[in-house]
Amino acid sequence: MDKGKIDKIIDKYEGDAGSLIQALLEIQSENRWLPKEVLAKVSKKLNVPLSRIQHIVTFYKAFSLVPKGRHEVHVCTGTACHVRGAPRLLDSVKDLIGISPGETDMDLKYSLETVNCVGCCALGPVMVIDGEYYGKMSPAKSEDVLKNYD
Amino acid sequence: MNEMLLQIDGKEVKASEGMTILEAARSVGISIPTLCHHEKLNPYGACRICTVEVEAGGRTNFVPACIYPAASGLVVRTRSEKIDKTRKMILELMLSHAPDAPALKDLAKEYGADRDRFEKEPSFCILCGLCVRYCAEVKKKSAVGFIDRGPNREINFIPEIASKECWNCKECFPLCPTSYLQTAYHLTEALAFPSSSFLRTRLRGTPMLGA
Repeated sequence: MDKGKIDKIIDKYEGDAGSLIQALLEIQSENRWLPKEVLAKVSKKLNVPLSRIQHIVTFYKAFSLVPKGRHEVHVCTGTACHVRGAPRLLDSVKDLIGISPGETDMDLKYSLETVNCVGCCALGPVMVIDGEYYGKMSPAKSEDVLKNYD
Repeated sequence: MNEMLLQIDGKEVKASEGMTILEAARSVGISIPTLCHHEKLNPYGACRICTVEVEAGGRTNFVPACIYPAASGLVVRTRSEKIDKTRKMILELMLSHAPDAPALKDLAKEYGADRDRFEKEPSFCILCGLCVRYCAEVKKKSAVGFIDRGPNREINFIPEIASKECWNCKECFPLCPTSYLQTAYHLTEALAFPSSSFLRTRLRGTPMLGA
């Protein structure tokens, strides 16, 4: 965690309660999760009660209160991907990185998430890693793709 | 101040600018049931039990009386077949969460709501937000807040604030329309197991883990 960078983000929005979500989003993208100490600091500097911050960060899926891995792996399990073999793809990804959806591995390398549709059903089954789309995936191909991340 | 005239249940009612339908109705002794309303707090419109029928410009609308501003020429009905049906439904949904709450039972009797209509899910909380809003608006402590969303929404105390402020306050308890069981439970949890209370919010942040 880069304390200096986070403090800089918080300082930028000091006293500006209306920019709470913007500040939290920036910290989230910088740090990949929101530790409690950071939330307490945001609460103090932006003058927003902690209970309100807690309400907001548990409401939006974009925020994480648990550490996230360096690479976010999303496997689409929408209808089109499902019929094109998403369950098999998900199983192989689970085996390869050793975690279930919603979890993060011990060395904070990967976080796995299932998503319901990424809007490119013709490419199904689709896997998205850090915003990069991988279409027409198969268990074997997913292994090759995951090799490129460390 | 601007005076305006509106009709509530056939009665001509005078209201001043900024009044809600609920306030106007209460000023002439017409009662509208409420659960999430409190004079000291800002209107919230969470429980919807105060739904009334408003006729303006030839259209009728169902609106919550506690937040709908009174305006001149409105024709308001506080009881009708449709309103009773709506309130009955709302009560039945709330009763599945708090089947034995006295306030709900009384209303259920009046509107003929069946407490067994929906599967029980006793959270003892109807998310009226009275405790949350009272703590934030009147006490200015914000020791309690909501976490998560949709069907998983719950109240949660912040351990650090609760351990300092709640011991000799607990003013939110008597406000609860269901029973303050849930408030008491979460307060105890926050005080006795601060880390587990926070863990709960953390697990909520990750789908799959927090069910």
